[in-house]
Amino acid sequence: MTLTSYIYLSVVLFSIGAAVVLLRRNAIIVFMGVELMLNAANLAFVTFARMQGKLDGQVIALFVMVVAAAEVVVGLAIIMAIFRARRSVSVDDVNLLKL
Amino acid sequence: MHDATGVASVGWLMIALPLLGAAVLLLGGKALDKAGPYLAVLLSWAAFVIGLLIVLQLHGRGAEERSMHLHLYSWIPAGALNLDAGLLIDQLSTTFVLLITFVGSLIMVYSLGYMEHDPDKRRFFAYLNLFVASMLLLVLADSYVLLFVGWEGVGLASYLLIGFWNWNPAYATAANKAFFLNRVGDMGMILAMAIMFWAWGKLDFAGVNAAVAGTGKGTLLAIGLCLLVAACGKSAQFPLQSWLGDAMAGPTPVSALIHAATMVTAGVYLIVRSNVIFTASENARLAVCIVGAITLAAGAIIGCAKDDLKKALAASTMSQIGYMVLAAGLGPVGYAFAIFHLVTHGFFKAGMFLGAGSVMHGMNDQVDMRRFGGLSTVMKITWVTFGLGFLAIIGFPGLSGFWSKDKIIESAFVGEGWKPWVFGLTALLAAGVTAFYMSRLFFMTFMGKRRWTEDVHPHESPLTMTVPMMILAVGSAFLGLILGPTNIMTDWLEPVVGAHEEGHPVIGQYPLMAITVVLMIIGVAIAWKMYWRDDVPITPPVGSALTQAARRDLGQDDLNEAAFQRPGLHLTRSLVFFDNKVVDGGGNGLAAGIGGSSARLKKMQNGYVRSYSLTMLLGVVAILGAWWVVQ
Repeated sequence: MTLTSYIYLSVVLFSIGAAVVLLRRNAIIVFMGVELMLNAANLAFVTFARMQGKLDGQVIALFVMVVAAAEVVVGLAIIMAIFRARRSVSVDDVNLLKL
Repeated sequence: MHDATGVASVGWLMIALPLLGAAVLLLGGKALDKAGPYLAVLLSWAAFVIGLLIVLQLHGRGAEERSMHLHLYSWIPAGALNLDAGLLIDQLSTTFVLLITFVGSLIMVYSLGYMEHDPDKRRFFAYLNLFVASMLLLVLADSYVLLFVGWEGVGLASYLLIGFWNWNPAYATAANKAFFLNRVGDMGMILAMAIMFWAWGKLDFAGVNAAVAGTGKGTLLAIGLCLLVAACGKSAQFPLQSWLGDAMAGPTPVSALIHAATMVTAGVYLIVRSNVIFTASENARLAVCIVGAITLAAGAIIGCAKDDLKKALAASTMSQIGYMVLAAGLGPVGYAFAIFHLVTHGFFKAGMFLGAGSVMHGMNDQVDMRRFGGLSTVMKITWVTFGLGFLAIIGFPGLSGFWSKDKIIESAFVGEGWKPWVFGLTALLAAGVTAFYMSRLFFMTFMGKRRWTEDVHPHESPLTMTVPMMILAVGSAFLGLILGPTNIMTDWLEPVVGAHEEGHPVIGQYPLMAITVVLMIIGVAIAWKMYWRDDVPITPPVGSALTQAARRDLGQDDLNEAAFQRPGLHLTRSLVFFDNKVVDGGGNGLAAGIGGSSARLKKMQNGYVRSYSLTMLLGVVAILGAWWVVQ
């Protein structure tokens, strides 16, 4: 098994994540799609780090995890707030930014 | 140049007093309806008294010390141009001051009687005062710019006065016509000032006169021609003459004041005041001569055909101003005579206009001379005073016009080549025609059989009207004798217009005088036969082609319409079309395009997170794709 396989896996994971974000309505599920995309990115970073024999990719993966953790906290809090206000977590109900 | 002292140091009062009168009368309201006109007349006379005192003061000095400058205030301190407002009190300007204030004040006294029953009398006198103040500013200004202020002022006042009875649309149109044609002339004045500023950076008379030497012929010619255009507009010279006849729509004292004694002479004043420029440019002077000659001939021909008393006088004014312009164009031999004729003409033409007003007063405002005749028996004072003016204008030996007009004819014969023959013969023959049409006017009005309609009862006018006429008649008769043969006029003006050159006419002086008198007698004799001895038909005969053309002012209105009005109309129409379709179309199309595309783009802002993320994804893919292709 070569390192290229990890890249293919990463692409597949990212595509699934993107599809989830684009297609699902439930904000929690959308959120999970985002997490999946982040993880796919992390996998690609780590794989590249191995390919190059340098640590840069792994360091960035670590940053991504930290940022993702922080984002989840804020994002979940926002989703909770929206749910309490509207009794719904459908992202299509929250289109107040429309002109 | 000396600073003004004594009376001259309050010379600004001459302008300020009538101006104050105009302001008081216009703002004063109904309370001044009774006293206002008297105040206006009083202030005008006050200006005359100041002018007279200044002339006496100048007279007491040496000939070379008679030019005084009165600095008023710093007017336009703007970078390269530093222009002060000031008055130039010299021989030329004081001559005009005396003419304007004396004749003007007499006409205002006359107006007291003539306008007695007009409900808007107060406004009328306010405008008269405004006119006198503007005219005084025009002649007293020490720079072209300040002169232009007065120039516009008289234009405004004439517009207001010609259209004074503006409830009559024809009168309002006449006022507009005068205003428009004057604007054409004003354009020449503005251009002249622009060229002066470009060439010399100076606009005051002293600065300009000093700068003329050493300037290229082309520049001087351009300035001269622009000044000539200005003079044509104000003085009703060819080709801007058509407003003068229509301007007779105003009350008769206005015709006398504006169209004989003062405003139309402003063009002659401008040319003589710019004599340094014109002396230096022979071609500019030639243009002035040509304009003057054409106008004096055209005016004389038109005068022969008009049956309207005032319009015939207006044609005569045009012709006489043509004589002055011709004299001014002759250069140093003519400048002084132009002013001399202007002064005498101011008296006799104002006197005749007032006489015409007096006739109208007695004839229920009729102006058709074919309905007059035989008025000499019922309006004796008018007849005698008008008669003196008539004898003066046809150049009856000894009277004013004889001294001034013959000098111009004589000067026109001075020179070399074709010019003296063309200009001289034009002036000479026109003198004969003048005698004919003025006699025609005089005989048709005062002599021969009575042709009145039954409802008129001619009577002599009141003293307020006849006394000014008498004074002007005395001036018409004897002013030339006092100023002409004694050389008072030429000597007085010499420091301003340069030394008077004694020319040698191509025909001797005395034979010329004899020919002029003979032509005059022939003119009078023909008129006597046609309009005194024979019966004058009440309906005008069809007449020859020339008569018909002259009745239509030699087609000048048709010419203006064909040459300027219609092309101008077409030009503006096509410009409006271009503006609507191309300029507005382009602007509106652009706005509509932006509006439409934004309406479509607006739909992308739907507020759905998913569509935004798709946009982002597509964007990233597009960028990466582009990057990949570039790689």
